Amino acid sequence: MTSVALPVAARLPRGLRAVAWIGIALGLLGAWIALPPISARSWVWSLVICLIAVMLGIGVIIRGERRFGAYAVASGVLGFALAFSATLSGVGKLETVVVWSALLASTLRYATPLIFAAIGGMFSERSGVVNIGLEGMMLTGAFFGILGADKLGQWYYGLLVAIIAGGLMALLHAVLSINLRADQIVGGTAINFLALGLTGYLFIDIYGQEGTPTDISSIPQVNLGFLDDVPFFGTVFGHLNLMIWVALILIPLAWVILFKTPLGLRTRAVGEHPKAADTVGISVYGVRYGAVVFSGMLAACGGAYLSIGFVNSFNENMTAGRGFIALAAVIFGNWRPFGAAAACLLFGFSSALAQRLPEYSDSAAVLFQALPYVLTLIAVAGVIGRSIPPAAVGRPYKKS
Amino acid sequence: MSDHEQGGEEARAEDERARERVPEGGAVDPSGMGPEVKQSILGRYDVAQKAGGLLAPVLTALLAFFIGGLVVLVTTGSNPLTTYRAIFDGAGFNWFFPWVTGLERANAASNLQQTLILTTTLVLTGLAVAFAFRCGLFNIGGQGQYIVGAVLAVWIGSSFSGMNSLLHILIAAIAGAICGALWAGIAGFLKATVGAHEVISTIMLNWIAIWVGVFLFGLGGPLQNDTQTYVPISNDVVEGARLPVFWGDPELQGLHIGFFVAIGALVVYWLILNRTTLGYGVKAVGFNPEAARYGGINVSRNYFLAMAISGAFAGLAGAVDVLGWQFRLSTNDIQGATIAFVGIAVALLGRNTAIGVALAALLFGGLLTGTSTRNLDPEIFKPELASNLTLLIQGLVVLFVGADVIVLWLLARLHRTKKHARHEAEAQTP
Repeated sequence: MTSVALPVAARLPRGLRAVAWIGIALGLLGAWIALPPISARSWVWSLVICLIAVMLGIGVIIRGERRFGAYAVASGVLGFALAFSATLSGVGKLETVVVWSALLASTLRYATPLIFAAIGGMFSERSGVVNIGLEGMMLTGAFFGILGADKLGQWYYGLLVAIIAGGLMALLHAVLSINLRADQIVGGTAINFLALGLTGYLFIDIYGQEGTPTDISSIPQVNLGFLDDVPFFGTVFGHLNLMIWVALILIPLAWVILFKTPLGLRTRAVGEHPKAADTVGISVYGVRYGAVVFSGMLAACGGAYLSIGFVNSFNENMTAGRGFIALAAVIFGNWRPFGAAAACLLFGFSSALAQRLPEYSDSAAVLFQALPYVLTLIAVAGVIGRSIPPAAVGRPYKKS
Repeated sequence: MSDHEQGGEEARAEDERARERVPEGGAVDPSGMGPEVKQSILGRYDVAQKAGGLLAPVLTALLAFFIGGLVVLVTTGSNPLTTYRAIFDGAGFNWFFPWVTGLERANAASNLQQTLILTTTLVLTGLAVAFAFRCGLFNIGGQGQYIVGAVLAVWIGSSFSGMNSLLHILIAAIAGAICGALWAGIAGFLKATVGAHEVISTIMLNWIAIWVGVFLFGLGGPLQNDTQTYVPISNDVVEGARLPVFWGDPELQGLHIGFFVAIGALVVYWLILNRTTLGYGVKAVGFNPEAARYGGINVSRNYFLAMAISGAFAGLAGAVDVLGWQFRLSTNDIQGATIAFVGIAVALLGRNTAIGVALAALLFGGLLTGTSTRNLDPEIFKPELASNLTLLIQGLVVLFVGADVIVLWLLARLHRTKKHARHEAEAQTP
């Protein structure tokens, strides 16, 4: 069978990756035709399409492009599994669960806090500092965002306060891991504990058992009125929160900063080979401080979006592990902005879908929540191409 | 401390000072550790331990409590000492005072039982972190290992009613430990074979364990209880599989024999590390994996075994908890349990030694119990606030252990002032 895939792979002008991408797309297509609006009732077509995807993937792997080939194979296998299970369910139920526009809009909503934290974490790790405290910085942002919006009256003050608070938390981590050369994992763990204790303490102290007031100024939506008449895009993009757009802009911006500016070059140099960077006159400590504090500010933005953009309230430990998912996204996305963002969107999609799956079964929906973590575990296990961290990540640098 | 050890302490301190006297290139090393900083975290703590002995961890804890007290003072205006005293009483430590009598003594006993129940768990979760630490691994996945152990133990404990009690308990507890070992073993295996960082894989395993646990006992889950279909909770552990209570009222969460399991685990931990080849290998890898490899030690095997043994401790903690006093697991328990995270603070404060872990576990067990809504006198301090204060103190402890150089610097200052005093005294008596 691979003999069919190989010539195809060889003939395509844009190399193996293009073939792999076609495989990935075919896998998705195989799943898609079994879902609304088409809802093919037979799984045969999906099987055929997904088999082609798997073959393309295998062909690509044999030719040496392991990572993308594996993605194509995974896409084919998962696509068929999804299509097959969809054909088992009634069309009516399928149509209530799979409403693409609503699913995508809620994917964006779930992915936004992750994107902020993941982009932040990526900068920190690229500069050579492991930031396991993302969770704590996010939580800090969530609390101080709502505190600022409540006490100062406007959401943008809230956002500002959140950014400052998150930056200060990150500064603490930076001092610990850069100047004091503490173990960065221990430092991050300390940040997580501290944030949990500090926000919980202040929350009870200030708001008590009643919780945050309900009339707090929140981050506004961007209403694109002209999209309202467009059937699909209107529902997805018509009424998104401002922060979602900021997050979407942040992704290419982060890419430009990291790969197209001197600052990004310095950040990467410091993360890969601090000694060499130091030799050519780059301030290793300076760059690392900047990157870590920036990561805290971004994580805090994600947290503030949660509290004053998404749910408009705060409760203890409200980030509930999102910082760790963001960390997973950084690794899953191979320390690249688009990769990390894609991982965030994937994880966001799984959250959005999990929200709707109870229609079928409560317990299956719960199990679905574990998916991002399983995927990341598989990714670090190196099954689909190794995730290679920056060379100097986690190692304190000592100026000589 | 014996005279001999004191002499050793002096000699080491002298060594430290000698290193301080030769600043390289005029730059004074703030850590006081000399120009050669060992890279491995264990190496650093070894230095810390030698320099500070018992003093460093005590100073760390005191600093954390001091800052916690400042927070209390600034935010609520209450007297921190009164608050700590209330927490102390809430933890039942006043039971040790002979002048506490009557009803107060009964209360103190009951509180102390609570504290020791938590200490039991914390010793085990602390050892789970400490053992991996000794091998140079950071086992942040105690949570997941604790959960899988608890899940399996509660399943076995709530099934097979009518089995011989001793056998039932043994099977449930050992199964919990093995399950924890396997769960951590995944991370150890990945570390040993493909070099996947154990911190990342154990974090992922934590969340997988949490969601699988919620799935099992959640609404419609396969292990949800048989009687109340609307409550996401497991079946109750049958009477025969519950750990006997040896101090206090079994109806009111008296102290169960799991306490001795924890003491036994401490002994086992010490024995493995100090009296077996395995322990020697683990420590060698922990100090320097390259040197260990050069010396013919199988590093991969030690990584795997260290994680598995760590996981066994955590899994046992979960099993002891459900068999000893919880008797059932709800999805809220699974999602809200943080006891294994406290284990990180316990191991770090206890400097990964058996006795240190025991003392740190007692400290944090007391803190957790003393600040619980049930035990803290609400007139002195709001318990909801106090439980967050505990988290804050935990965070500060981890922070100061991480920033060991701060503590070392303080110690160095103390040494220096002492030295100064001695010098001046010598100068005055020619």
